[in-house]
Amino acid sequence: MSFELETAPNRENLRRVAIDPVSRVEGHGKVTLLLDEAGHIHEARLHIVEFRGFEAFIRGRPYWEVPVMVQRLCGICPVSHHLAAAKALDRVVGAVPVTATADKMRRLMHYGQILQSHALHFFHLSSPDLLFGFGSPVGQRNIVGVARAHPDVAKQGVLLRKFGQEVIRATAGKRIHGTAAVPGGINRHLDAADRDLLAAEVDQMVAWSQGAVALVRRLHEADPALYDQFGHFESGLLSLVRDDGAMDLYDGHLRLRDAAGTILRDDVADQEYLSLITEEVRAWSYMKFPYVTELGPQAGWYKVGPLARVQNCDFIPSPLAEAERKAFIDYTGGAIQHAPLAFHWARMIEMLHAAEVIREMLPDPDLVAGERMADGVRTGEGVGIIEAPRGTLIHHYGVGDDDLVSMCNLIVSTTHNNQAMNHAVRAVARKYLDGRELTEGLLNHIEVAIRAFDPCLSCATHALGKMPLIVELHDAGGAVVDRLSRD
Amino acid sequence: MSATFLLDGQPVSFEPGQTILEAARAAGRYIPHLCWHPDFPPHGSCKLCIVKVAGRHVSSCAMPAKEGWEVESDTPEMNGERRALLQMLFVEGNHFCPSCEKSGNCQLQALAYDLEMMTPRFNHFFPDRPVDASHPDVLLDFNRCIYCELCVRASRDKDGKGIFALTNRGIHKHLVVNAESGRLADTDFSADDMAANICPVGVILHKRVGFAVPIGQRTYDEAPIHLVAMRPEAAGDD
Repeated sequence: MSFELETAPNRENLRRVAIDPVSRVEGHGKVTLLLDEAGHIHEARLHIVEFRGFEAFIRGRPYWEVPVMVQRLCGICPVSHHLAAAKALDRVVGAVPVTATADKMRRLMHYGQILQSHALHFFHLSSPDLLFGFGSPVGQRNIVGVARAHPDVAKQGVLLRKFGQEVIRATAGKRIHGTAAVPGGINRHLDAADRDLLAAEVDQMVAWSQGAVALVRRLHEADPALYDQFGHFESGLLSLVRDDGAMDLYDGHLRLRDAAGTILRDDVADQEYLSLITEEVRAWSYMKFPYVTELGPQAGWYKVGPLARVQNCDFIPSPLAEAERKAFIDYTGGAIQHAPLAFHWARMIEMLHAAEVIREMLPDPDLVAGERMADGVRTGEGVGIIEAPRGTLIHHYGVGDDDLVSMCNLIVSTTHNNQAMNHAVRAVARKYLDGRELTEGLLNHIEVAIRAFDPCLSCATHALGKMPLIVELHDAGGAVVDRLSRD
Repeated sequence: MSATFLLDGQPVSFEPGQTILEAARAAGRYIPHLCWHPDFPPHGSCKLCIVKVAGRHVSSCAMPAKEGWEVESDTPEMNGERRALLQMLFVEGNHFCPSCEKSGNCQLQALAYDLEMMTPRFNHFFPDRPVDASHPDVLLDFNRCIYCELCVRASRDKDGKGIFALTNRGIHKHLVVNAESGRLADTDFSADDMAANICPVGVILHKRVGFAVPIGQRTYDEAPIHLVAMRPEAAGDD
């Protein structure tokens, strides 16, 4: 099975152009283009070249080590892995539900994570493209250039991220790779002094987040031809939603919409994700390709992340972000927005929501006192799903009677978006690059499309031992003299 | 009047038969150590307590003090030797502090911080050492064993069970469980045994405890090992 422009029919006589590495994304990936003599694109692929292997080496480790170990997948959103693992292992230790204190501490930690990651992505990684133009001079197209030309925007970005990191420190114990969430609950309370420090700054964070939403919205309204069409493709939308249909980034059930906005599946319990999704392996990437099983690999791929979440939920349960969601929906008169650049708009609406949630939660007395741990009937398996900054994150573990992990399956946000990102790359390649002389600025258009998804390539390459591999030995004339393959 | 020797230029008095390390501790002076424990005779295997006496490097835990000796311990040369020993211990096993539940309570890690070990320096061995999770209450993670034999000695001499032993020699030496199957579940080991509570690193672990105490609030997070080890209650464990 292959998609248009995924594999050129005759690859031998084509010129290869590589964007390696793709810059201003988390992790390491590359794009390869195959062009003919007239510069027409015959193949475009986003490759993930990192190799991690977490699913394999977590096996045989004690389950209580897992939330701390697996978060090392990532330095940007370790909290998401930390919490997804803890949620999965809550099931194993029978802590369903966890205590109010544990639930609220984890939620606060998670919304701090959403805030800092979204701020990082928008201000540090993507704003240079959006403020200066995709083909602007490369020397300016970075956060230092933003700080020179728009010092207020850059400062807000840095301080928003810092605030999110402080929320994480206060709840997880460290800004990066904290250890607070444990199977069955949480190992600390929020310190009242930390709470007061955060409360003193949170109004400013909400205001700056509102400003960030307004900035992205202005960009869209100023150049709709670009923002609505750039890298455009249509796909289904997948995310968690709360039982009442509200946006909930920490917990809920899975909902799938088709590209037109019709709900295809709803109320899929997190423990039942395997009834919805299958992962496919392709020979040219370390990243797998998930799809909705009943729709098949050709039609069943979808996108996750802010653009899916903002349009998949029925409402956002915080007033300022909900008003911005409505404006987002009104922009197209209610039609689903699929434009990759609309990810930025949706992402900033979520950042505003996260700031509002943090503001609402901080005075909660359950954060500074109360029972931290719960337990119950032990089971041998658990699934934890969370909406990480980049989208739906699934952790699934089997645990033996000896307390060791016997099975681990991780489907991370960027993996869900694999097919979608490849589609965006191909849409941009067709429209902007096909038949033209390639320049750095033109190639950056490809990267702009990838960046919109905020991919985390290091997270996405955690599998081991499932890669099909083909090795061919050619003689000087190009004939195959030996061939080894592993399925 | 008792005899004295000089430790880093300062007089330390001692009783006949006392080792350099014992006399130093009695005088409130810390000499780093891993395999030494106040409840057991000197073992002399980790060599962290190395000091320089009369031009020779000796294990202070095993060397009886002598009148008039000039002993060098907290010097760049001796601490450099200790760092190299720590580096060898780190690369010989699989010590991944970031995800180790013993982090903050581990004497190997605490000494590495205290002696400012900044890199592993040598190539890692990455040995393959499967864990033994067969016991209902205790996990054995052999990846972190430093062969101090504290568990061997505690089980044999205090618990009266003889559950642990070192087998093979040299580079092939490793900790084993004294059962035909080799599994801890097939012994009468108990989580209340002294041997279950004496490991200075993260080999013998009470199950399902993990990260219940946050990193940052643990023994050696609160105070460096050269202070913790000199507390009256310090018995070599956490």
